This record gives sequence, C-alpha cells and structure tokens, in this order.
Amino acid sequence: MSEPLIEMINITFTYPGASQPVFQDFNFQLLPGNHLGLTGPNGCGKTTMLHLIMGLLRPQAGTIKIFGEEVKKEKDFVQVRQKVGLLFQNPDDQLFCPTVIEDVAFGPLNQGKPPAEAIRIARETMEKLGLAGFEDRVTYKLSGGEKRLVSLATVLAMQPQLLLLDEPTTGLDEATRHRLIHILQDLDIAYMIVSHEPEFLNHTVRQCCHVHSHCCQPTLHQPGGNGV
Amino acid sequence: MRGGGIFPEQEAQKYLSVIQEPFSEGASLAHRLDPRGKIVVAALFSILVAVVRTYAAALGGLALAVLYLTLARLPLKRVAARLLLVNMFILFLWLVLPLTYPGDPLWHLGPVTATRQGFAYTGLITLKSNAIIIALIALIATVPVVTLGQALHNLRLPDKLCHLLLFTYRYIYVFEQEFRRLVQAMKIRGFRPRTNLHTYRSYAYLAAMLLVRSFDRAERVFQAMLCRGFKGTFYSLKTFTWQRRDRIFLGASGLALLALLCLEWLKPIRF
Repeated sequence: MSEPLIEMINITFTYPGASQPVFQDFNFQLLPGNHLGLTGPNGCGKTTMLHLIMGLLRPQAGTIKIFGEEVKKEKDFVQVRQKVGLLFQNPDDQLFCPTVIEDVAFGPLNQGKPPAEAIRIARETMEKLGLAGFEDRVTYKLSGGEKRLVSLATVLAMQPQLLLLDEPTTGLDEATRHRLIHILQDLDIAYMIVSHEPEFLNHTVRQCCHVHSHCCQPTLHQPGGNGV
Repeated sequence: MRGGGIFPEQEAQKYLSVIQEPFSEGASLAHRLDPRGKIVVAALFSILVAVVRTYAAALGGLALAVLYLTLARLPLKRVAARLLLVNMFILFLWLVLPLTYPGDPLWHLGPVTATRQGFAYTGLITLKSNAIIIALIALIATVPVVTLGQALHNLRLPDKLCHLLLFTYRYIYVFEQEFRRLVQAMKIRGFRPRTNLHTYRSYAYLAAMLLVRSFDRAERVFQAMLCRGFKGTFYSLKTFTWQRRDRIFLGASGLALLALLCLEWLKPIRF
C-alpha cells in the first residue's frame, strides 16, 4: 500500500480560552487518489482539521505528516502550501486582488513563476473552469457563484496535489452546484470536502467520514447511496 | 455564464452601494493619459498651489485646473455638486476668518471688526482650495482606484501604503454590505433611532460588531493568502507604458507650473 498523503497522529488541539478540546488523541489518514467527504455537526472540528493540515493552527500535541514528511514549523508548512490547496468557506476571504486575473495569478507568482507564465497558467485554469473572459472583471463585483468558481481557480492555478474544500456549496444555486460537481469529477487529484449536503457528497466523493474528537469514523456511504 | 441574473439580490446591492467612482469612466484625453504622469502632475500642482501667497499665482492655478477639467470632459453637474460640498466648509472660513484676522479694519459691527487682510486671505484660501480640488477631480478622480494603486506602486511608493489603499478599497464594499445587513437586522426588529440610551447603545454595538468582524476578516484573508504561498511580497502584473501624449502632457504641465512660480515671484497683482 502506498504512503498516506496526510497522516494525523495523536493530535490534541484546544482553542485558546476554550474549556473543551476540539481534538483529543485524534488520528486520521488520507490515502493517495482518495476522494473523501467530511461530515459532522457544527463545531465538531471539520474546519479546524483543515486548518491544522495547512498549518494555520498548530496542535498542542501530536504529529502531522504530509506526503510522508513530518511538518512542525512554519517553514515546513510553507512547503505544504505549495502542494495542498485550501478553498475557504467564504470566497470574500479568498479573493483580495482587484481583478480576477491578478487573483488567479497570485499563487503562481508566489511560487516564483515569471509574470508571463503566471498569466498563462491563470488563463488555462480559468478556461478549464469555464471562466474564460473573466480576466479583467473586478472581484468584488462578481456574483456569489462566480466568486466561488474564481476562488477555486485561484487554488487550482497552483497545481496542487491535494485539494481541501470547506463547505464549497454554501450559497450556490442549482446550476453552479452542478458545474462544481462536474469540475470535481474531472479532477485527477485527491481531495477532501467538508459539507453538510449528502446529495452533493453523493456525486463527488467515494467515502464519507464523520469527524469526532478522537477519530474520523467512516460512515456507510456509497456513491449514489442513501447518503450520510 | 452571465452571473448577474442568478443572484438578483446581490446585483441590486451593487447598484445601491453608496461608494462609487463616478468620474473614473470615460474616454477623454485626461482619461487616456498614463496615470503615473497624472499623479506626478497632480502632486506637484497641489503642493505648488498650496504654498503660493499671491492672487496672481492662485488665479493662474485655478485657470490651469479648469484647463485640466476641460480635458477630462466630466459631467459638469456632478463636478459642481462635489465643489459645492467642499465650499460648504470654506463658507465657515468666510464666517470666521475676516472677523478674527488682524489688520486694517474695514467695518465694525458692535464689538466685531472685519479686516481687509482677513477678506483678502479668505479669498485666497477659497481660490487655492478650489483650484486644487478641480485639478484632483480632473487628474486623480479619472483614474480607477485599482489603477491608482498599481500606478503608485509603479512610482515606487512604499509597498505598505499601496497595499493599504488597495485592500481598503477591496474590503470597503464588503464592510458596507455587512453594515447594511446589520442595520437591516436592527430595522426588521423595529429599531428606530431616537435620542435615548437604547439608541446610543445599539449604535455602539453596531460599531463594535463591525470592528470585530473586520478584524476576523483580516485574519481570514491573511490565512487565505498564506495558503496560496504568500511570503510578504506582492508581484504586480500591471505594466504601464509612456505614450507620446504623456510626454506632451508632462512637458506642458511642467512649463505651466514654472509659469505659476514666475507669477508668484513677479507679484503682478497686489492687494
């Protein structure tokens, strides 16, 4: 069996000032090529888990391994962020550049690509997501659905090997939701989706996990099945 | 995909927004000039007009500003509305300055004395401020804020200041929407502002909530940027090129500003 993409071993995490830990001796694994759905009630730690993987939060105890390497310091996570993409819950947090093309090219430029290549990658990514012609649109003037797709483009433009999506369907209409499903089905990288929508997960992931404070327990879920 | 129709309520909010850039759109000569040139000229012009002390130079400045305004071909009604706003403040100067400035008395009204120098000084301030505002409307308001940020960056203004401008601009809309949502939430529960403690407290909560939310948002935006490999440096995609018309504009403006300086030194009109 190949090495897990993500391994969380005996993680303990408590938010400052909180009485209860979110995670206590939490263990989790994600295998290559896996498409996983994360479910659970509000506040059970789904977003926290993604933020721990990206190094936005640091556990009080435990080990996180990503692509087989242990990550501890900010320097390690800088490397992780080159290969793992995170789509935030709210696109307004993600899109901060004045125009769409600048926002999509922001990641590639940070990766050290020259401007001409960054623009080429940005255009290609946008084309793949059906966003051709959006280059000079002003980000704050986009509609909710457009903002979501552009946010996804900004993450995919970094050509990640693993994608984390935090409630990607919030506020989407039916048409945009379908576009998102098709986009995810065409992706050939591993991804994890936090979502409260069984219907959406049915179409996009093979397996669902319920997040608890100790572990992530697989739920009986098959594509096209009864859901979570 | 035409996004507008799918989210009608958002679309509507966009047009309801009070924050607009009415002068930034247009195809006039002033709109097509390189923003960097316009910024440099506007800055030099403002500094020069702000320091001159003669009517000749102030009038010359006003004439030059009006010339820039004709180049920009902006809707005059809107320009007038904006000037009116500025001149409301100047009206207060007219009420106070002539009566308090020391000099030769012009007339008395009971214990109050108006001085000739006071009137002359207030008039000068009025001329100068209008000249600067008109020039800024013609040269700076014709640049979209986004381009302004990029141009300032290109002019080697410190990164932090440019980003402060761009981020403020980007998120001011989000905060405006958040503010509207909060106000609506207050309204639908029957809140009507009165002169009482409940009103003051509610407004204080509103302000505090906006502050907390903006802090949280700043945090999340920064996290999202970290996730996309941000290491503290911004790379700009925007490139500017100087055209022939920019060189002419810069040269002509330079000469005009020199002429203003000469007016200031020669003092052809005295009060």
